[in-house]
Order: sequence, then structure tokens, then C-alpha cells
Amino acid sequence: MPHDHHDDDFHHSGMSPSGHPYREDDDHPLTYWQTMEIAMRELLIEKGILTPAEIAQQIDEMDAREPANGAAVVARAWVDPEFKERLLTDGSLASREMGYDIGAMRLIALENTADTHNVVVCTLCSCYPRNLLGLPPDWYKSRSYRSRVVKEPRKVLAEFGLSLPSATTVRVHDSTADMRYIVLPERPNGTDGWNADKLASLVTRDSMIGVGVARSPD
Amino acid sequence: MVETVRIKTMMPPGHVRTPAYLRGKTGVIERRLGEFANPERAAYGLKKELQPLVRVRFSMREIWGDAAENPDDTLDAEIYLHWLEAIVDDTEGSVDAT
Repeated sequence: MPHDHHDDDFHHSGMSPSGHPYREDDDHPLTYWQTMEIAMRELLIEKGILTPAEIAQQIDEMDAREPANGAAVVARAWVDPEFKERLLTDGSLASREMGYDIGAMRLIALENTADTHNVVVCTLCSCYPRNLLGLPPDWYKSRSYRSRVVKEPRKVLAEFGLSLPSATTVRVHDSTADMRYIVLPERPNGTDGWNADKLASLVTRDSMIGVGVARSPD
Repeated sequence: MVETVRIKTMMPPGHVRTPAYLRGKTGVIERRLGEFANPERAAYGLKKELQPLVRVRFSMREIWGDAAENPDDTLDAEIYLHWLEAIVDDTEGSVDAT
């Protein structure tokens, strides 16, 4: 059985019996910031400011946020022109209206049109509308994406499978300070009469970052 | 009215939210966002100082010159007012901010 442990493969070097490299164990001393996090957390608990259950609950809430929240906002904007207007005017208020509070940050919704495509990056770190999209994908935080998309956005988008005609203007948005951004992709053709729930199933995470477009219904 | 601004070229240490690749570049104000705590102070627990924050739009031509992938594509970034200098001459580097 592949997952049985025998003395002779205990060190987990080379390939596993199923032909995959072993992931290295994290047997190393704590880093400065790991120590800081543990010290801070234990102090907050010792002083009665937070309980372990509250911390676990907050982690649960963070993990529960997912791109479906953003997809619901986009789909509503597609079917409800007044909501779309409110979303483009004040994204924070409009998303709060749907129960997705962005906290101290502000949300700006960027509308894709027939001749304009928007894409979002945070070159300085990993700013991301977590209340609407959950945790950012690893590539969003990578130095490669962050440095390349501001210089050669079309090439990067093509690598994501999105080739834009030269007549389309690409607008890159660098999330440098207090705003968070969500792209409002174009509503796909062939979805006349669809309700918001059904439309939301076409809205991908990547389309709301701007490295993709909404799924086509067929 | 199109307001043209240039990002200052200063290089202070610390928690600066003005990307280096935009320093010295000229763009137009896309929208004004209101006042926010200056992160260069807030990051160190210093007394809160509110600074107007604006979105500045640059053309890729302005940022990357001849190396631009498509000169008329744009890049927007949020910049605090103390990083901006006003440009009176509005003939170069401006892009449509509407």
C-alpha cells in the first residue's frame, strides 16, 4: 500500500511509491514573525481580550469568503441597472447592501465594455477584495504577476487564455492604497432571460480580477 | 477639467505606497477619493495624518516609453497628495480620464 510507512522510506527523500516528490517537512526553527504572531496571540488570550474560540471563528469566517460572493454582486448588476449604477458609483455601499461588508476599505467596481478591458494587480503586496473573492490565488501574490501585468498586460492575459484585439483598451489598476477593486465583466451573449442566480454560475474569480471573462453559457 | 500631475521622484525609506516605477511620471487625476490616513505615518503608530488620496491615470507610453506593449493602454494607481506636483503645461503625457 502506497501510504504504509517502512523504516527504509522513513526519510521521505526522492520519489514516493506513487511517483511524486515528497514535500519537505517544515522542521525548522520559527521565523521572527511566526514567533511574533504566537506571542501576540497568547498575550491577547492571557489578557482576556480574545478567546481561542473567537480566533478560530474569525479564521473560519475568512475561509468562508469565496468568489461566489463577488459573483452574486456581478450577476445582480447584470439584471438590475439601478444596482449597477450604485455599484459603479459607490462599490462599498452597494456590496454592503448585499451583505458583503468591505470594512475599512473602499470598493471600486470597474466595468468592462465592448472596447475596454480592466485588470487588477497590487504591485506592492497582495491587496485583494477578500470580502467578495475570498483569499487571493497564489499567482496574484507572485512577483512575476505583479511585475509583469503592469508592463505587458496583454501578454500576461494571453497566458491566461484571453487574447484581446488591439482595438480594445487595456486598463491596469494598481491597488496601491485604500481601495479594493472588482472587475464587472461583460454579460455573456445568449443569457437573455436568465435570473441572477443562474447568471452567477457564469462569473469566475478570474473574470472579477480581470485575467479572464465570464463563462459562455454553452 | 483635466488635471495633470507628476509623481515626485523622492525616495524616502519606510512604508511608502507610491510604487517606484511611477515616480517622475506624469498622469491625470482620474478621480478624487477623499482623505485617508497617510500610511507612511500610520504604519509606525505615529499620530494620524489625513491626506487626500486620488487615482492617477498614466498612459503606458508615459511609463514605459518605447518599451510599452501598447502605448495607449493605461495604468491607474492611488497616490496620496503629498506625492504629487501639479503640472501647468497640459500638452504631454495626458490621457483621456473620462
